[in-house]
Amino acid sequence: MSIEIRNIQKRFGDFTALENVSLDIASGELLALLGPSGCGKTTLLRIIAGLATPDSGQILFHGQDATDRHVSERQVGFVFQHYALFRHMTVFDNVAFGLSVRPRAARPSKEAIRDKVMKLLKLVQLDWLADAYPNQLSGGQRQRIALARSLAVEPRVLLLDEPFGALDAKVRKDLRRWLRQLHDDMHITSVFVTHDQEEALEVSDRVVVMNHGKIEQAGRPDEIYEHPASPFVTQFLGDVNLFHGRVHDGKMEIGDYAHALGEHQTAAGGAATAYIRPHDLDLSREPGEALAAGTVEHIHAVGPIVRVELRREGSGDLIDAALTKDQYQTLRLMLGDRVFIRPKKLSVFLDAGADI
Amino acid sequence: MASLSTAAPRGIATTEPAWVRYTFTGLALTFLGLFLLVPLVSVFAEALAKGWSLYLDALIEPEALFAMKLTLIAALIAVPLNVVFGVAAAWSIAKFDFHGKSLLITLIDLPFSVSPVVAGLTYVLMFGAQGWLGEWLSAHDIKIIFAVPGIVLATVFVTFPFIARELIPLMQAQGADEEQAALVLGATGWQTFWHITLPNIKWGLLYGVILCNARAMGEFGAVSVVSGHIRGETNTIPLHVEILYNEYNFVGAFACASLLAVLALVTLALKTLVEWRAARQLGNDVPLEARARLAAAK
Repeated sequence: MSIEIRNIQKRFGDFTALENVSLDIASGELLALLGPSGCGKTTLLRIIAGLATPDSGQILFHGQDATDRHVSERQVGFVFQHYALFRHMTVFDNVAFGLSVRPRAARPSKEAIRDKVMKLLKLVQLDWLADAYPNQLSGGQRQRIALARSLAVEPRVLLLDEPFGALDAKVRKDLRRWLRQLHDDMHITSVFVTHDQEEALEVSDRVVVMNHGKIEQAGRPDEIYEHPASPFVTQFLGDVNLFHGRVHDGKMEIGDYAHALGEHQTAAGGAATAYIRPHDLDLSREPGEALAAGTVEHIHAVGPIVRVELRREGSGDLIDAALTKDQYQTLRLMLGDRVFIRPKKLSVFLDAGADI
Repeated sequence: MASLSTAAPRGIATTEPAWVRYTFTGLALTFLGLFLLVPLVSVFAEALAKGWSLYLDALIEPEALFAMKLTLIAALIAVPLNVVFGVAAAWSIAKFDFHGKSLLITLIDLPFSVSPVVAGLTYVLMFGAQGWLGEWLSAHDIKIIFAVPGIVLATVFVTFPFIARELIPLMQAQGADEEQAALVLGATGWQTFWHITLPNIKWGLLYGVILCNARAMGEFGAVSVVSGHIRGETNTIPLHVEILYNEYNFVGAFACASLLAVLALVTLALKTLVEWRAARQLGNDVPLEARARLAAAK
């Protein structure tokens, strides 16, 4: 089922949680709402679910206005950040709850409920825990039970609030892959909220980056990563080095260095900042046509990527660079070495207007 | 002893010398004995001083029986009213944000901070013959002060905070997530309350009911002001005890007092049982119980 979000506005006292947010979610899509805490992503999710009401604006489910529809009639599945399992009920009763509270006419028979619940528990690979209580389960198990419970009522939309936030790194990675698989099998329109850019980029079909109650950028994960639309998105998606300079004649000029800008980037001139990711920096000992020179201050060589920290000559700024092990060994870098950096790729934003 | 000595390296920094521990424990026990145990024993000793038959006679004389009946009536009305009020107040305070919330919390505590005698006097001022509503009430032939309704009102007022106070922190700690989850799953408001909220607070609620009941039956000050001490008409057990004692009928006074003492002991036992059950429930040693309950509810 498709979801249309039209001009949603939400304030809490003086705080604007959502400012004129509009977004279309295609049927069967797995969408990530990504942003720092307080950016309004969870509020938006709760408004879609009907757990919060917008001050103005509309929510359309499958083209029909659902703004005033009560949460219990929206047929959504909601997975809470802290699972919200019913602590006094067994796993079985938790999953069966949505079916067993239906009015008599719409309620499946006891046998049908039992079959359905056991099928779902098998799907989340926890059928052996049917008689356990929530506080006897691990975090990952609780998360999967919460998911099974929300799927039991055959929701038309699945909404997940920081679904993996409270889990440790290993479990998080497994569950992430598992959720992607589940979505590919079931094709249910899903929206999940996260502050973890890696999670959003890895799992979703489309990422919506939010900040201060507004949508900064929406697009496929690779689009967003390769062509961030604003300084905020660039910085939120990962580590980045900043170089201040000017845009002139279609070139980014930083000191004596000039970098030709592609068609994606700005044509107007003026003071600008270049954002360069650590792995987009080339290090060499040759001085020709370098962006800057620096001395090696720190080398972190554990793992497949070697992280090098440079002190930039002149300004004294720190520059982060990431090399492969091969590059690192070819260069034979030592602490205190003088090296030159060249960007393979940079994102440029004009300083004042921040328009592209 | 072996386990004690092996635990010593960790405990030594936080454990006081033996004489300190024994002195403090001894002080506490002496205090308990002097001020709780001795009076409790003496109540029963005095009541039975002239033998069992006189004790029983004192209990089954009509005025004593009437006092018991009135006490039960007052408790039977006050406790359910407080259950409804307490759950409603705790629910609204814990699950919603609204203006005047802190004022409501303060008001709930009012009966704790006001002397019961003052509480009784305010009812006299409102409903008494010279009170604000006195004329209107007597014109419609409604008697509140020096009658059963006044006693019930005073009891409700004094026991007001017990259940709400018990439930508010419990419900605040639990949050509203489970209720919201139930609503998203399609449950109605009533189903959510019945299947989710109530089971989660049942032990706290029971605990509050026990305390509320004990206070309702034992209340003296507020009830004393509004009752008028009319024997066989407006006397509850605590008031009856006072009257008998003032008439030097010690066996009768202590016999009735022993009823209140038994009530206190039963309350303590129930309270302990509820705490024990609640702790067990949290540990979830009793699987399959909840399923049976949900199945039975269908």
